[in-house]
Amino acid sequence: MWFTNTNLNLPAIVAQTVLLLVLAPLVTGCIRNWKARLQNRRGPRLWQPYFDLIKFLRKDMVISEHASWVFSAAPYVVFISALMVGLMVPMVTTQAPLSLFGGVLAAVGLLALGRFFMALGGLDPASAFGGMGSSREMTIAAIAEPALMLAIFTVAITVGSTDFSHMVAAEQQSGWDMLNPTHLMAFAALFIVLLAETGRVPIDNPATHLELTMIHEAMLLEYSGRYLALMEWGASIKQLVLMAILVNVFLPLGLASDGSVVALGLGLVLFLGKILLLSAAVVLVETVNAKLRLFRVPDLLSAAFVLAAMALLSTFLFH
Amino acid sequence: MDFTPTTLLPLALMGYALGCAAGLLFIRHEKLANLCAFGFATLGALCGTVACVMSLAAGVTPAAPLQLQLLPTLIPYLQFTISLDPLSAFFGLIVSLLSFALSLYSLGYAGGFYGRKSVGLLGAFFNLMLLATTLVVMADNAFFFLMVWEIMALSAYCLVSFEHEKPETRNAGVLYFVMSHIGTGCIMLGFLLLFQASGSYGFDGFHALSAKPEWLSSGSRNAAFLLFLAGFGIKAGIVPLHIWLPAAHPVAPSNVSAFLSGVIIKTGIYGLTRVFFYFLGTPPMWWGVTVLAIGTISAVLGVLYALMQHDLKRLLAYHSIENIGIILMGFGASLMFLHTDHLLLATLALIAGLYHTINHAVFKGLLFLGAGAVLHATHTRDMEQMGGLVKRMPQTAFFFLVGAVAISALPPLNGFVSEWLTYQSLLQGFGTTDSLLRLMFPIGGALLALTGALAAACFVKAFGITFLAQPRSEAAAQAHEAPVTMLLGQGVLVAACVFLGLFPTVFLQVLDPLTQQLTGLQISQQLTLANGLVLSGVNPAGGTVSTLGIAMLGMVLLFIPFALWLVFGLKTKTRIGPTWDCGLKGLTPRMEYTATGFSKPIRMIFKALFRPRREVQREYDFSPYFTTSIRFEAHVEEVFETRIYRPLQRLVLRLSRRMRALQAGSLQAYLIYIFITLLLLLLYVVYKYKS
Repeated sequence: MWFTNTNLNLPAIVAQTVLLLVLAPLVTGCIRNWKARLQNRRGPRLWQPYFDLIKFLRKDMVISEHASWVFSAAPYVVFISALMVGLMVPMVTTQAPLSLFGGVLAAVGLLALGRFFMALGGLDPASAFGGMGSSREMTIAAIAEPALMLAIFTVAITVGSTDFSHMVAAEQQSGWDMLNPTHLMAFAALFIVLLAETGRVPIDNPATHLELTMIHEAMLLEYSGRYLALMEWGASIKQLVLMAILVNVFLPLGLASDGSVVALGLGLVLFLGKILLLSAAVVLVETVNAKLRLFRVPDLLSAAFVLAAMALLSTFLFH
Repeated sequence: MDFTPTTLLPLALMGYALGCAAGLLFIRHEKLANLCAFGFATLGALCGTVACVMSLAAGVTPAAPLQLQLLPTLIPYLQFTISLDPLSAFFGLIVSLLSFALSLYSLGYAGGFYGRKSVGLLGAFFNLMLLATTLVVMADNAFFFLMVWEIMALSAYCLVSFEHEKPETRNAGVLYFVMSHIGTGCIMLGFLLLFQASGSYGFDGFHALSAKPEWLSSGSRNAAFLLFLAGFGIKAGIVPLHIWLPAAHPVAPSNVSAFLSGVIIKTGIYGLTRVFFYFLGTPPMWWGVTVLAIGTISAVLGVLYALMQHDLKRLLAYHSIENIGIILMGFGASLMFLHTDHLLLATLALIAGLYHTINHAVFKGLLFLGAGAVLHATHTRDMEQMGGLVKRMPQTAFFFLVGAVAISALPPLNGFVSEWLTYQSLLQGFGTTDSLLRLMFPIGGALLALTGALAAACFVKAFGITFLAQPRSEAAAQAHEAPVTMLLGQGVLVAACVFLGLFPTVFLQVLDPLTQQLTGLQISQQLTLANGLVLSGVNPAGGTVSTLGIAMLGMVLLFIPFALWLVFGLKTKTRIGPTWDCGLKGLTPRMEYTATGFSKPIRMIFKALFRPRREVQREYDFSPYFTTSIRFEAHVEEVFETRIYRPLQRLVLRLSRRMRALQAGSLQAYLIYIFITLLLLLLYVVYKYKS
């Protein structure tokens, strides 16, 4: 058969899929809980998102009379595209299970595919809120994309590969060199993009359902039951994946390079630690900042672009 | 009879000629004219497609391409011969494949003109255009090329002006006519320069120049580069020579729009490929830099202007400018790599450009056909009048969605593959030079990312506003699905999109003879991993992708939501309910988001470019809160038109007013002019040969 020599590591694929599915809601829960704590509230339990998902899955669905099959297809596309990106990114091991199927470019493309369908799903029920959410989501994604790509390209160029696994492996070899200004600036740019892509505070407020300020939530307004579960879960997975890219490309400490239990265990623990650390940073940013006006967001994102461009220029100085 | 390119190619040309004749012959019997004209065109195009695929698959060697003499000739230099070398066969494939789908579609689409317009005339010009375009990409000497190039331009002009009752159409036609002839003038001068150096008008003779750089002084070479860039660039629609394109493409009948945007602008790309990679030899650095810069600017500006349109076909026309830009980014990078002698990367970048060329032809053709079906059903091109069509025209909607995903460069369809190749060549190119120019590659890549994301936004709008939600007008509510031939025509292109998207490694083998001809390398083996499942850059460590793998994995992962449903959701029910309306008495279409509203954030962010202007006039009796009537007008400035072309136009008019003094209408004065000119020329010759 033609796929016999592709060396797909089936156990690794299954393991990482499970990791993605299980860990993603926990990260969301941690962020919500810690944010509440910082605001002197008790906040929801850490594992509340799991209960939410199960509750949504058990509920009946109400679908808008104006909606078409595109509305129903969107949750599946969003959920599955996020999972697929997750399989292309190294999490616990240096080698991502599906790095052969695509690297940075495929990851960005798949996330865009999910966003494309989510925006269509927002437009489909003929509500003005959905249209507004779609319009804003696509706009912000469009201006975030150059910063995202330029920051990743800076790393890709120094490594000579667009493959996450190769990037991570090369970064691991560089030792303390990973703290050079190029990396720091590219990391800062990507952090801003992370906030934009996951709809966090200075750009979007995940907790609001106030008509005129919501972006991501506005598109989900007409979703209920199973579809809502897939959308929420997909968003959590996307968040986890983007965080994993950030922590593992820029701080590839402890990623397992072989399949031994010790290495894997260490890798998993360190990965969890790094993700939670980054979540804490996100919580901190969310707490000390107010949401920006929509037309201030481009300024922030162009700052990210400038940071990425400076990172690129600094490769001339430090390499 | 055996089927070889030698027999099939004449059949294809004959099919178009017959179709043209049948259109004119049955001009009074519109149904018969429709059937014969487009029927013959379909058959001819099928023969052409098969011929080109066969000759590419057989790996025609550039040394001995298939040559045919169409007409005998007594005039030296003018040979009516065509030759099917790999480059011609590749572009011939694009032309024929699109012609096939479009002719099939036209069988149904032309029915919309019954009783209104002459279908016979439409069919005749359509076939003439197909014939001329096929010959353009196959002609093998400059004279014949220019003749068919003109026939193509003129027949296209007649088709653009087909619905000439509307002033908008007439203006667009004239603009197209003028721009096209400026382009032809540039190309003619370019060929003259090449003739001066090579002493022949044959393309073989021109090709010999590339091996003998000393024959052509660097000044003439640069002049030829610029002339061809401008001449073919006008046809391709590069910024800032693009202004005719968004005017002319939307007003033509939709089958013609699809051909204009899908194919005719590709003849510009064909010309550029032929000249830059086959005639002019190793390029200096600044050529590549220029082409890459023009490509990047065209891509970004094309998509930005596309976002501002709410005329569905005009939106698609602006996207053609964007995609021509993406193609040129590949070509520009390739020229830069040729200069630095990185043949492998040059080949990769060239492949990226060529792959995007066929991709764009396929999905843009598809999208225009979809827009045509919508126009056919609703009789409007204004997106603000559409909506809800996904329920009324389900097949067309699905096809349009496939095209939208493909053009937005989303995996796993074909637009993604060619943009992936473009990104790869840009990123790998960073190491090819030490100069600061290498910064162009990652920045070009970032701008390509911006283009892709904006294109996705634009097609969310194009598909979402046109096909989703509630119908915004009576016409949209009454819309009906297109006839079966129109659907078949779109189906052919959907299949092509899926094939080119999922099986890039198969298609790349077809490009091998082509890259062999242009750069001397065949790299499809090098780009293929895992028996064709995975596409890789020139170096597998540099990055790999598998669209087929992604598509299959997506199917497998569908099992997870299915399992979740089995575990948790078996007992759940689905109800249909109203959309949440904030407690009002139901939502009306007027409350929906509009196309203009959708692109407002982008208009605001890039307002320095668009200079948006809006006028609101309210009338009220008592208080401004109770408006009796309201008029709203919004405009976006087309910078190139107002800043470059208007002043230029005024300058030309002013000069011609001055010149009018010379043309007093007196014969004696004209004779004096002629005499003086002759005298001056004689003096020049005497002076020249003395020194």
